[in-house]
Amino acid sequence: MPVDQSNLIPQLYRQEFSKMVALICSRFGVDQIDAAEDVVSETFLAAAETWGLKGVPDNPVGWLYRVAKNNTLNGLKHERVFRQKVKRELVKGSSSSIEPQLDISPENITDSQLRMLFAVCHPSIPVEAQVSLALRVLCGFTIDEIAQALLTTKANINKRLYRAKEKLRQSGVTLTLPDDVGMNERLDAVLITVYLLFNEGYYSASPDKLLRKDLCLEAMRLAYLLTEYRGGSGKAIVRPDVYSLLALMCFQASRLEARVDAAGRLVLYEQQDSGLWNTELINRGNSFFIKACDAGALSRYHLEAAIAWWHTQQGDSREKWENILMLYNRLLMLAYSPIAALNRAYAYARVYGKEAAIPEAEGLELTGNLFYHSLLGELYLGVDEGKAVGHFEQALELASTEAERAVISRKIGSCRRS
Amino acid sequence: MKEFALIFRVPSGLGAEVSPAEMQERMTFWMNWMGGIAAKDRLVNSGNRLGVKDSKWVGANGVVSDGPYTEVKEFINGYIVVRAENGDEAAELAKGCPILLGGVGKVEVRPLVAPDNNE
Repeated sequence: MPVDQSNLIPQLYRQEFSKMVALICSRFGVDQIDAAEDVVSETFLAAAETWGLKGVPDNPVGWLYRVAKNNTLNGLKHERVFRQKVKRELVKGSSSSIEPQLDISPENITDSQLRMLFAVCHPSIPVEAQVSLALRVLCGFTIDEIAQALLTTKANINKRLYRAKEKLRQSGVTLTLPDDVGMNERLDAVLITVYLLFNEGYYSASPDKLLRKDLCLEAMRLAYLLTEYRGGSGKAIVRPDVYSLLALMCFQASRLEARVDAAGRLVLYEQQDSGLWNTELINRGNSFFIKACDAGALSRYHLEAAIAWWHTQQGDSREKWENILMLYNRLLMLAYSPIAALNRAYAYARVYGKEAAIPEAEGLELTGNLFYHSLLGELYLGVDEGKAVGHFEQALELASTEAERAVISRKIGSCRRS
Repeated sequence: MKEFALIFRVPSGLGAEVSPAEMQERMTFWMNWMGGIAAKDRLVNSGNRLGVKDSKWVGANGVVSDGPYTEVKEFINGYIVVRAENGDEAAELAKGCPILLGGVGKVEVRPLVAPDNNE
């Protein structure tokens, strides 16, 4: 396969930056994260210069790791780290080697990414900061890209990253994987962050379609990484909700192409061209879901995956919406969330009709929530146009992005015409 | 907000045969009712259904007899726990309960007593 030279370095940066940082940190401590990022950035700068002059080496990835390794070890010799960490080991005489080592085998790269994933999702770090930190040190997004994806400023992202790294240092988080006892609780936190990361991409109002897709795929990669973890005894993590989260993300991601049109506008589910749904992702989701259900456990991700599965089914049948409604009932009984409550009311309308669903929706008392007013606007269409317009207008005021306003304005326009 | 138990009471002797389709329908009613309460963030606990088979009546002096149904006119067949500002609001939530559909069941609304409540 010919390598696209013009795009090679950005591609490698996205692909390898985070792995290299994780690798260095897992050897020298997560408190060295800034130093590690500097070393890796310098390595990429060196690549840009050297490859520009001498041409791209046969194995560019290998080149990067070799140079990063040398830069790290050279840098460390003059560093406080070396004095404090490595020298102590040397004095103890436990090691026959005078040089500190950096293992760049594929197994160790995977392992250090996992360690980094658990460190980033440490409960001491606010969730919002976890997402930014994950994008930076696990997904290799640039500060610019993170700001764009999360629709905020670079200064904001820098602040979040700074605070998150401070927390990592202060809380003494280490890059060791939790033991079997601590694993369950820590894994809960990891799954929440990974799902949040996915949703940031999936529901992001950022106009950059590729960036949003990358974010979703990165979240899926991180979840997949969890399936490769082997505990101390060499056993895989068999928590079924890791697989149900993967299934959920595959089912959702199967509609990534269909839910945005060429002009970057959001296409609602009912109007999507199901020919654009990605059947390969649906199939992968199915096989993850089978694994998730093997163990007989039931988590919120199982229920959400089942709901997402029904959405991959083309066409409208009463059976489809009855099942979706039942699943939302069960999901809400397990854990309340406003968005699940609103989706349930929508499913209720699809099964029992708009008029029956209006009291269900109004009973939610979510005044001031954009989706609450959009839903009620939708339900009142054809029932009471005046109330429909009223709710759409409230939604229009609450909408924060151009894409949302465009969808709602079209709705109001169609009410007025009818 | 306070917590209330909604207790489902039905008259005894309603042993009528129910077809699988009817059972499915009843289950749907129950799921929609409880899902609706959960959607308002008012469900504290999905509670339990209480069975009939293998139930016992235990009296003083170690007297144990089968099922209470010859002695009482109605029995409790389940409960859930909800969150509400007051009894009236809890009663509002109870109004949609499928136990009422046959016209004979009742829902008893009882506040849960907090440990520090000495009323």
